[in-house]
Amino acid sequence: MDDASSSFEITINGTKRHFNVEPWVTLLDLLRERAGLTGTKKGCDHGQCGACTVLVDGQRVNSCLMLAVMQDGKEVTTIEGLAAGNELHPLQRGFIQHDAFQCGYCTPGQICSALGLIREGKADSVDSIREFMSGNLCRCGAYSNIVAAIEQARGQL
Amino acid sequence: MISLPHFPEHLQKLGPHTGKPLDRVDGLAKVTGKALYAAEHHRPGLLYGVVVSSSVARARIRSFDTADALAEAGVVQVFTHQNRPKLASRSKKWRDQDTPKGSPFRPLEDDRVLFSGQPLALVVATSFEAARHAAALVRIEFDEIEQPETRLLERLGQGKAPGRAKGGFTPPPGPHGHPQQALKSAFARVNADYLVSAEHHNPMEPHAATVFYEEDGSLTVYSKTQGPVGEQAFLSAVLGLKKDRVRVLAPFVGGAFGSGLRPQYHLVLAAMAALELKRSVRVVLSRQQMFTFGHRPYTWQHVALGAERDGKLVSLVHEAVAETSKFESYVENVVTWSARLYPCPNYSLNHRVVPLDVYTPLDMRAPGAVTGLFAIESAMDELAHELGMDPLQLRLVNYGEKDGLTGHPYSSKELRACYQQAAGRFGWEQRWSEPRGRREGSKLVGWGMATGVWDAMQVPASARARLHLDGRLEVASATTDIGTGTYTVMTQIAADVMGLSLESVEFKLGDTSLPEAPLQGGSFTVASVGSAIKAACDGLRDQLFKLAQKMPNSPFYARSQAEVEFRDGRLGLPGHPEAALSYAQILRQQGVSVLEEEVKVLPNLLKQRGYSLATHSAVFAEVQVDEELGTIEVTRMVTAVAAGRILNPKTSRNQLLGGMVWGISSALHEKSELDLELGRFINHNLAEYHIPVQADIRHLEVVFVEEQDEIVNPLGIKGLGEIGVIGVAAAIANAVFHATGRRVRHLPIRLDDLL
Repeated sequence: MDDASSSFEITINGTKRHFNVEPWVTLLDLLRERAGLTGTKKGCDHGQCGACTVLVDGQRVNSCLMLAVMQDGKEVTTIEGLAAGNELHPLQRGFIQHDAFQCGYCTPGQICSALGLIREGKADSVDSIREFMSGNLCRCGAYSNIVAAIEQARGQL
Repeated sequence: MISLPHFPEHLQKLGPHTGKPLDRVDGLAKVTGKALYAAEHHRPGLLYGVVVSSSVARARIRSFDTADALAEAGVVQVFTHQNRPKLASRSKKWRDQDTPKGSPFRPLEDDRVLFSGQPLALVVATSFEAARHAAALVRIEFDEIEQPETRLLERLGQGKAPGRAKGGFTPPPGPHGHPQQALKSAFARVNADYLVSAEHHNPMEPHAATVFYEEDGSLTVYSKTQGPVGEQAFLSAVLGLKKDRVRVLAPFVGGAFGSGLRPQYHLVLAAMAALELKRSVRVVLSRQQMFTFGHRPYTWQHVALGAERDGKLVSLVHEAVAETSKFESYVENVVTWSARLYPCPNYSLNHRVVPLDVYTPLDMRAPGAVTGLFAIESAMDELAHELGMDPLQLRLVNYGEKDGLTGHPYSSKELRACYQQAAGRFGWEQRWSEPRGRREGSKLVGWGMATGVWDAMQVPASARARLHLDGRLEVASATTDIGTGTYTVMTQIAADVMGLSLESVEFKLGDTSLPEAPLQGGSFTVASVGSAIKAACDGLRDQLFKLAQKMPNSPFYARSQAEVEFRDGRLGLPGHPEAALSYAQILRQQGVSVLEEEVKVLPNLLKQRGYSLATHSAVFAEVQVDEELGTIEVTRMVTAVAAGRILNPKTSRNQLLGGMVWGISSALHEKSELDLELGRFINHNLAEYHIPVQADIRHLEVVFVEEQDEIVNPLGIKGLGEIGVIGVAAAIANAVFHATGRRVRHLPIRLDDLL
């Protein structure tokens, strides 16, 4: 399979990184298995659960549905890139304060998705948050607390 | 303005930390992506295994063609039953801590296919992509493909008694009084059948095992499990390894809900491959494969109730027939809750199982109770309607001051307060009696209520506490935190007992090198492990006090422990601040580098004897049903729970909210659709297996009812993992009836039921 490999660069969390992988490697698997960034989660591998949500050039996407090679030259932000040193992102603080998770497995995707949502200007009401966060499943059922966390963080961005 | 929920004062009791709505101690790791789950531990040279699943449910394997798969670059091996290394041959060796009667499934055992999706091969390669591709190239020929037996409803008469087959199962007692006669002469009667669908746990994290092959040939296993201790014993028995050659770790578990109670096949396959190849191997199941093992069993129930004019029950009949596999006789407590909850002079209870060509069902959040309470609490609603009574009033008329089955008093039971407080918050007194009595625009509005009950259990557990010279306390037990808040509440308990800040306490879990803990299930973790932590810390206090007494000119000499206080990391005498000594000072002066206490705590059966121990809840739900479209929305719901002392109202509330979401899911969303011809769960993905999304969840409210219990366990707590979901589906079904006049007796209720 080495013959098929492609060479490309992605800026991940502000750092330019070089990869040489086969074109069928997804962005999700690249992050988790080759870039050492396991904060981005695999829940379904089919774009159905949102656990793998990251931001590509500022837009929230399901990284399991993106091929890594197609991100050449793009900027990817994952959960590992949200805090500024020890200073948590307001969404991360909000999720802790409102206990917006239990097992934590959907959390990175929820937080990245919420960041995209706020940037899209769709976090302006509870109904809108509920509607446009519906691509991120939480099996533990922490939905009410997720809304509260996003509402709090929205005002701090 | 968003404010944190208000929690009442009465919850704050054990010390400065317990009873407070504190943030999770593992929250930082979870919001930064630093929490590592089973498939996220890495070592250079790690191999990836992908499972090949059977496309048929019942057959014999004629042949494998693995040539193409093996020819792929990066593929290391393809394991099948023909070339697998030796695994334990005796069925007994495959038993785990949650095994029902029968013979546990063994992956790659022989040429027989027992269920659709059965693992038939494991492809191991140097990358996930190579293994996945090669898995698609494995060709399997079958002989004797047979029609699987899948039709539970056609086999209701063939059900057999499961016996005392499984831990936690109590076979229903024989009939009491004359239930049939009493039913005939009753003033009002309900006679109905109920169906609860099969459901799959579907935690967000797929099941995974990362097995590191160590230089000395031992295994270090990162596993998605609710019981590392059990998995260690299981793996050592199955692989023929000494226990100290297998270490199982589960520091973070991405949800489980029962799916991690039994070791699943991917774990065996990963460990087997690692041992054989002498390499580290990771196997992760796909979401589709998450539908190829245990599930909540499809269950048929019959309930008959007879009552006097005043609503007092005179006859109670509750029967269940549930599916199981052909190789194990899975069973759960479905029917006994009814008679325990509603004392009745004449009752008949029965539970039978029917073996089908499916995988063995598996405990799933509130196993049995979710199913049984849906039926009895729906039937009670039907009875209330027959009698023209308020459904809450009917519950109060039949309120059990004692356990209706054993006749024992409860160690505590504040269910009446649950009813009152939840009804008050909900505004139940405004309820109108007639179905279809209220409309909002195109929507019919309905209110329903139901009761929840679950056992308050405690099982043996061990814990260790170590106090270090620098004043740090390390507590440990090999339990897990599947999202329940275990890390947090154990830290709170230890901090309070030892008089330390949360920051100076570290709780370690999820590692078989730590003291043994039971499976995390049944809502008994805090009662069991928490009691052990408390006992270990109590032991440390004794040691510390004795050390302090031995010091030269000790202010504690000739004092009793009852006179001293352990506070802010210091041992002191109230009223004598000058006498206080820091723990570190005591250790240093006595030349002790670390103080350690390890204990095993058993439930105090003597104290518990003669009592029934249970958690209760009352659930009130409002639904809106679009009359033209049939769509159902749960617009608000209030649950009041009596579960003893609440150690952390923030994590507890979250867990109950999650339970309510699960109840909404059972009521309106989730169902594993078994294709009766193929014997295959066909909606095996998260697009077609519906669970609630953010937009499905509206206003949910949790009320903690004060309940003091000196008998249940040393902490006075009862557990919350299950109670939040129990009764919710019935409350919603009852609200749907109230809204529409349509009684739906199966779950989930979908819009086509209302058109």
